[in-house]
Formats: sequence, C-alpha cells, structure tokens
Amino acid sequence: MTGKDATTLLREMIRIRTAEETVARLYPEQEMRTPTHFSIGQEAVSVGVCQALEITDVAYSGHRCHGEYLAKGGSLLGMFAELYGRVDGCCKGRGGSVHLNAPEVGLVASSAILGETIATAVGSAWAFKMDGVSRIAVTFFGDGVTEEGIMHESLNFASVLHLPVIFVCGNNGLSTNTPLSVRQPRGHEIWKWAAGYGIASALVDGNDVFSVYEGAQKAVEHVRAGKGPYFLEATYFRARVHVGFETDEMKKFAFRSKADVEAGLALDPIARATRKLVADGVCTEADVNDWTATYLRELDDVVAAAKASPYPSTDDLLVGTY
Amino acid sequence: MRPLKYNQAISEATVQCMQADPNIFVAGIGIKDAGGMFGTTEEANELFPDRVFDIPNCENAFAGITIGAAAMGKRPLVVHPRNDFMFLATDQLLNLAAKWKYMYQNGTSVPVVTRASVGRGFGQGATHSQSLHALFGHFPGIYVATPCFPSDMKGLLASALTGDVPVVFIENRAVYNLEDDVPEELYTIPFGKGRIVREGTDVTIVGASLMAYEAMRAAEILATEHGISAEVIDPRSIRPLDEEIILNSIAKTGHLVVADTSWATYGFAAEVAAVAAEKGFSSLRAPVRRVTLPDSPAPVSKPLEDAFHPSPKSIAEACLEVLRSDVQVASHARDVQEAFAGPY
Repeated sequence: MTGKDATTLLREMIRIRTAEETVARLYPEQEMRTPTHFSIGQEAVSVGVCQALEITDVAYSGHRCHGEYLAKGGSLLGMFAELYGRVDGCCKGRGGSVHLNAPEVGLVASSAILGETIATAVGSAWAFKMDGVSRIAVTFFGDGVTEEGIMHESLNFASVLHLPVIFVCGNNGLSTNTPLSVRQPRGHEIWKWAAGYGIASALVDGNDVFSVYEGAQKAVEHVRAGKGPYFLEATYFRARVHVGFETDEMKKFAFRSKADVEAGLALDPIARATRKLVADGVCTEADVNDWTATYLRELDDVVAAAKASPYPSTDDLLVGTY
Repeated sequence: MRPLKYNQAISEATVQCMQADPNIFVAGIGIKDAGGMFGTTEEANELFPDRVFDIPNCENAFAGITIGAAAMGKRPLVVHPRNDFMFLATDQLLNLAAKWKYMYQNGTSVPVVTRASVGRGFGQGATHSQSLHALFGHFPGIYVATPCFPSDMKGLLASALTGDVPVVFIENRAVYNLEDDVPEELYTIPFGKGRIVREGTDVTIVGASLMAYEAMRAAEILATEHGISAEVIDPRSIRPLDEEIILNSIAKTGHLVVADTSWATYGFAAEVAAVAAEKGFSSLRAPVRRVTLPDSPAPVSKPLEDAFHPSPKSIAEACLEVLRSDVQVASHARDVQEAFAGPY
C-alpha cells in the first residue's frame, strides 16, 4: 500500500468506533432524542474513501452518516452536541443525527431521504467541471438507494456530462431489514449497473480498510485525470439494527440467522486491520489499546462539553427561515 | 421605459443577471430548441451558449443536481416547459432545498431558481394545465412568485437570481403575451410586496398570476356596465404574501373576491380568505367569494375548456354577488387564449 500510513487508517476507524460506542452507551439515557443509524461495522468504507480524498474535495452522505462525517473531518463536539439537541451541534439542534454536515472540511450535507445526496454530489461535480478545477465530489449511500430512480438518473447524467464524481455504495445487504434477495434481481451485482451507463466501477471488500483505500485511490486517480465518474461498491456487515444502538440479539430480531450474524461480526474491520498490522509488525496490540484509551478520554471531554452546551432558545425557533 | 412582453422581460432579466454574475447558468429539458422556451431563453443561449444547458430527462435528479451546484456557489436557473413535471422534482425542492438553511444551520443556502409554465388553451388537458403554486407555497423555506405583468416579472426574477432563497416562478402560458412598460436597466422588486394594479373603492379583487389580468378586465366590465369601482391587487409573490396590501384594501372596500388559476380547496384563494377572516374580519361587510377552477382536472374539448377557466365575466359576477346585487353581467369578454393556435 502506498500513500497514507497504514496506522492512520486503523486509528481513524478506532476514532469512529469509540465515538459510536460512546453514543450507543449513552443512548439509553434518553437524552439524545434523535433517531440514530449507527456506523458500527461501516468504518472501513468511510475511512478508506475519505483518506483518499483531499480536504478540498466534497462528500455527501445519507441517514447513516456519522462515519462519513467523522472520517471527512467533522468535529466530535459538533456531532455529540447535535445528538443532544444543543446549540453547539453542527446543525444547532435543528438537524439531528441524519443531517450531520461540516462544510468547512467538505462534508457538505447528509440527508435521510434515499438518494437525494447522490444527485447533489453530481451537481457539485458539475460545478467543479464548469469552474475547471480539479476537485472531486463523492457520495456515500447504501444498497437500498440503488433501487431508487434517482440513482439511475444521476448515473446517466454524470456519465453524459463526464463529471468528476465518485459513487460509493456501502452494501450491507439490507434496506432496513429487507434483504437484497427480495429487492434486486437474483445474481445481480450492484457495481455492474455502472457499466450500463459507461461508468468505470469496482467491487471491494468493505470490511478491509486497505482494500477500500486502494480502491478509492484508483477511483480518485481516474476521476482526477478527467476520465469521468467512478462507481465503487464496498460490501460490509451492519453490526447493529437499522436504527438504534441495539444488536439484533437485543431486539430479538431474526431476519438474519444467528450463524450469519456471527460470521458477519467476525469480519469486523477494526479487528481485521489490527491483526494485519500487528502481524506485519507495523504496530502492537498495546499501541491499539493506547489509541483506544486516548480516544475514549477525549470522548469523555466531548460528551461533557456537549451536555454543557445550552439548548437553543425557543426565541430562536424560526432562525434559519425566510 | 418601453413596452415589453412578459417573455421578453424574462429574457432581458435573465441576460442582464448573467452578464452581472458568471455563476448563473440556465438549464432545462429542450431548452436549446428553436423558440427558446417561449422566447425566454433564446437570447441567453445566443450570448452564453456555454452557460445554457439542454439536459437529459431527469426532473427528480436534476433538482438535486442544481442544489449540489448551488451548494458550490453556482446560481442555477432551471426551466420547466410545463410545471406538471415538477411533481417529480418536489422531493428535492421541498425536502432538501426548502429545508437546507434551517436544517443544516451552517450559514449556507441553496438559492435554486425554478421557472415553470402552466398550459392553457388548445386542449392542453389535465396534465398540462394545472398550476402548482399553492402546492409549493405550502412549505416554508421556499418563495413562490406568480407575477402577472412583465415589469414585475423582470424585477422579481432579478431578485431571485441575486438573493439567497430558493424560488419557484409559476408562469401561466397566457401571460407571455401581456405587455407593459419595462425599465431598460436591471432592477429588483422584493418578494412579499403586492401591487395595486387598478385602484377602486367598492370591492377588492385579489388575483394570482393570470387572474390579476382577468380581474382588471372584470373591473372594466363592472365600471362600464354597473358603475362599480373595483380595486385589483396582484400579490406578485404568494409566499411570502403581502397581507398588508390586502387588509388595507378591504378596510377601504369592505368586500373581497379572490380569483385563482387553480382549485379552491387548500389553495391560494383559501389562504387569502383566511387572512381576511383572521386579520380583517371587522372590515368585511359581506362573505368572501373565491373564483377558482371547478373540482375536475382540466378537460380538452373546447366548450368544456372554455367553461373550466375563471373569466372576467365570472369574476365580475362574483363581485356583484358580494355587493348583493342581482344584476346580470351582459359582457362577454374574449377568452384570453382565443387567438392561441397551439399546439403548445
């Protein structure tokens, strides 16, 4: 692997995981009153792609946006204060978990409506092309979105106009709890759809951050060279329920078999990257524990600051309207 | 000042704004076709061919594409030859553009400007003759304008292309040929300010879009045939709505008729009536009357289509009704689209 230091990829994933596990731990307090779709299991997709981007490149996400928000450089306080509905939140308590944004680092917007932010990324890429700059727009979305007409309209448009956009499909095989088998043609592979639109595409293992990173580097190189859009599919395992902090077991969900869940959890991207880097002698288990402990300490401060942040004044209910 | 038609005023505002701001681009399906969207985009295309885009058919994605471009500092002007296709764009416009500034609270906005025409005449039919202004007007976060006259349209379009609010213009096909004196220089008219287009003392007629013109023709009938003095208000934008101009007028006349190019239920006319009831009740000396479309989709056959649209006659009759007069209206004003030979 060339480019970023391998430990950076692992550390970024741990930073996101510790943040999400902190949210999960505090969520039952009922103080974060916002429907939350956890990124646990998805870290390699967010980190692998964002580490291949420049800060001037822009990204959009969907409802499961915490991982991408943090991977692109969004502030922890902005996220936690938003979950607590406070004025220091990135949306000042008006957006909630599914609308995280950090335009100062290029995370332009997240949206809870499937596919909306595929089109917006195409539009941002169009603006870059009009201006003749070498910036790239990336959109993160799930496999559920690929059934929406807007994805197909957007792929067509991006291909016809030859735009600098990367479509990143994080495929966890589920739309809420509905499996791909009842949603898409048998034997179909999502990344192959792109070829029908004349768009270069690839499939990577989304549980392996190094594969995602290398795939994203290729995509970035392709798009930056003016060769048009790129579609990257990354398969991963969603470790929690669709919305909420619980595991399938805690909710007694049975839409995935116990064996499938165990097999999926065994693919954990952080454990996997740790094993590889320790085996390669790049870092030690003790390093990983140190990083984790450091992030958790930082999170204690972030949570305290978020809880100390005031609620918006009801006098400001209409701030942001026209 | 010189007389310009409505489509010429749009064209002039577009070109002058594009000259002033290189970030403005114009896009729409078939926009580079001969005729240039009823003559509104031809000159822009001649002067700025690289900033006028014909696009694939994708109303849903395209609304989002323009939002993403606006988020990067572009100023998109989207043109729909028929507003009925905007149903496909409602998710992006109402769920994202209209909520952007409030929901994200990061100081950014996405001032996407959309122009869309409403068909009328020559059997445009159910899916090409409905006006979606009230639908868009329901949602906070977006401005909706339906000015009837060229000089107002020029100033409002310039406001939209220099402001920070997403704006939808709903343009009735029949207003493109209306003409008035339009200043040559670029100027802006604020949203939320209506205009008294004819002063009067007996009854107030508020007309959205084409109905402001039809109300003026109704006022002429009332004056010449019945000696009644009607005041006609064009609200110009329906969100924000200039409540003050309406309330001041009914304080003077005591009577209110609202004419609209769309249906009554939950519509523009209902909103104006509610404003009068809530804030001008003591001014009213008679119940408010709404002159709107009957509760059917638009028909095609000519006699049915003629009966479908509000006319100067039906507006004048409503005025006589609120004035409690049983006098019949004798005048038969020509249908506003009588000379339109089609097809589109």
